[in-house]
Amino acid sequence: MAHHATDHTQPTGEIQKPVTGWIWKTFFVLVGITALEFAVTFIMDPSTLRNSILIVLTIFKAFFIVAEFMHLKHETKGLIWTILVPMALLVWLMVALITEGSAIGEAIYNAFK
Amino acid sequence: MSTTSTTQTLHNNASIERPRSGTWDGGNEPFKASYGKLMMWFFLLSDAFTFAAFLTTYGLMRHRHLAFTGDHKDFVFSTAYWPIPDKVFNSFPGLHGMDLPLAFVALMTMILIFSSVTMVLAVEAGHRMDKADVQKWLLWTLLFGATFVSCQAWEWSHFIAGTDEGTKMLDGTIFHGANLQMNQYGPVLFADLFFFITGFHGTHVFSGLVLLTYCFIATTNGTFEKRGHYEMVEKVGLYWHFVDLVWVFVFTFFYLV
Repeated sequence: MAHHATDHTQPTGEIQKPVTGWIWKTFFVLVGITALEFAVTFIMDPSTLRNSILIVLTIFKAFFIVAEFMHLKHETKGLIWTILVPMALLVWLMVALITEGSAIGEAIYNAFK
Repeated sequence: MSTTSTTQTLHNNASIERPRSGTWDGGNEPFKASYGKLMMWFFLLSDAFTFAAFLTTYGLMRHRHLAFTGDHKDFVFSTAYWPIPDKVFNSFPGLHGMDLPLAFVALMTMILIFSSVTMVLAVEAGHRMDKADVQKWLLWTLLFGATFVSCQAWEWSHFIAGTDEGTKMLDGTIFHGANLQMNQYGPVLFADLFFFITGFHGTHVFSGLVLLTYCFIATTNGTFEKRGHYEMVEKVGLYWHFVDLVWVFVFTFFYLV
């Protein structure tokens, strides 16, 4: 027998009313953060501060999608950590290689000076 | 010493008659999720590695090139520095020649977020075993997903065709648009990464549409109803939200930053 999420399913017969409040709440949060991202992009001049704000807002959005829409917030702690720890290591990779990119660029431009 | 022996005693207590029954001793579900859902999570994790590799490459290459340092309004396309995204992506279908920075990509983002909402609604309807609602929300998700892919097709064709003015390349000729070897917007790698990152994401959206079509047909045929649960819709939902999640990052790193 296949195991499945039996806590929500119910035998055939009467169909319950939908409970969708939390879905629309998450939707408005996502739309709100996206609007804020646009505002920040056009109001502020490009700078490290602006990019940091944008990245933090992106991580907020990612949190709401993964926690609410993908339901990860309501899974067991073991599963949550299994997903989050490798992602944290990816952030490290990204920071390391972006720094590396600046170093390569500098080396190339200095070589042709 | 005493601690070790205590642990050993605990373990030795297990026997054929009385097997161990801890969380990780087998015979139960430590993550309290079905096999299919767990494997979908692990697949998505591996897929996240692929997209992270793409975006990391984008970051590396962007920092390896010079940034435009002048005033925003004085920006012109040049292969000497990385372009400002809102100067590249400023067109809208049917509004030729107007400068509408990031307007179209904003619309695309809204469409994809909305398709995510209709997907959750389909999963929610599945929990209630409401066949008609599952069908309805799956169809909406399919519609928004297909619209997103169509938008991306327009975005690509516009990017490939280029602007009316074009850009004077190093050899003195005017070049319009972009391909994998040359582009009017900036360094070669800018267009390459655009094609690879948005193309890979678009392929994921397309795969999602195929899976959603399957779910819709199976729901209509009553396959899931007979099975007693709509877990397949839930698993495809996880995939679909992941595609939306990737877009959130592509949107920030390719279009905003």
